[in-house]
Amino acid sequence: MLLDLGRIFGRSKRSKDVAKERLKLVLIHDRANVSPQFLEMLKSEIIKVITNYMDVDESALEIQLTKTKSDDGQGVVPALYANIPIRNIRKSGK
Amino acid sequence: MSEVIVITSGKGGVGKTTSTANIGTGLALSGCKTVLIDTDIGLRNLDVVMGLENRIVYDLVDVAEGTCRVKQALIKDKRFDGLYLIPAAQTRDKTAVKPSQMIKLCEELREEFDYILIDCPAGIEQGFKNAIAAADRAIVITTPEVSAVRDADRIIGLLEANEIRNPKLLVNRLRADMVRRGDMMSIDDIIDILAIGLIGVIPDDEKIVVSTNRGEPAICDSKSVAGQAFRNVVRRIKGEDVPFISFNEDQGFMLKLKKLLGLKAN
Repeated sequence: MLLDLGRIFGRSKRSKDVAKERLKLVLIHDRANVSPQFLEMLKSEIIKVITNYMDVDESALEIQLTKTKSDDGQGVVPALYANIPIRNIRKSGK
Repeated sequence: MSEVIVITSGKGGVGKTTSTANIGTGLALSGCKTVLIDTDIGLRNLDVVMGLENRIVYDLVDVAEGTCRVKQALIKDKRFDGLYLIPAAQTRDKTAVKPSQMIKLCEELREEFDYILIDCPAGIEQGFKNAIAAADRAIVITTPEVSAVRDADRIIGLLEANEIRNPKLLVNRLRADMVRRGDMMSIDDIIDILAIGLIGVIPDDEKIVVSTNRGEPAICDSKSVAGQAFRNVVRRIKGEDVPFISFNEDQGFMLKLKKLLGLKAN
């Protein structure tokens, strides 16, 4: 009963939901077999290409593997998420 | 037609050996000639779980190396008609057997047995490779815990990479009371994550400890809930369609209240 009250007021999340969420995330990495070094390499390559066209805030650049709904809306598929703050778009490109 | 089934999990301590003992005994009780092979060389335990530890003369390594004939290494379980065990060696390591030797052994056993059950060691190294080498089918065991499910996912990937298609999941040590409280992942949660077919759900049962203490598989105990669940697994292995008992969580207080007040249709 106490637990239920906690849930009504949105205080505690059921531990099994926490387990499921953590598992889903860890499995995305396991299945993709992606190491932190791999992500770092990818990040530096992306910066290299993008800076040819625009001025970005490299220190605030965020890149991670996450999940998203598949096109058919049935399952979950891995997705590459990149948040790249732009300082200034170069007018003519290079 | 005979079948080679590997029982595997990745993570240790989730119940591979106990499941092998129970499923194997159940298959024999149902009239199928069955042999259990312990491939956990160096850490053998299927012999003690089966209560056959005092009858070992030759082991898996002896067979692989040709020190003895296959027949000599087969320990007949006198309590159950048609049940045999090939124990692992205790003083060697996993490299003492090669996958090709496992394939050869299983080919020979196929001529005489309906089911060949292989108890796989924990891990994904040589012992795992030996255990899956000859397998037609695989049963992946997990418990409703993050670590065990994660390892099961890895094992499923490795099985598929080794062309063992369509492995089936056995969820062990489920606590229905905890699932109801939302403190343990439900069967649906686990299936949702691993995306494979289910072959059984074994409830957590003290009687497993008692039966292991005695070296008598729980499947023989008509009062054991785990034993009953294993009997269902055996029937499913043999192709029968046995419905699953639902162990889902409570719907939550608010939903119940709404239903009570008639605000939400069932």
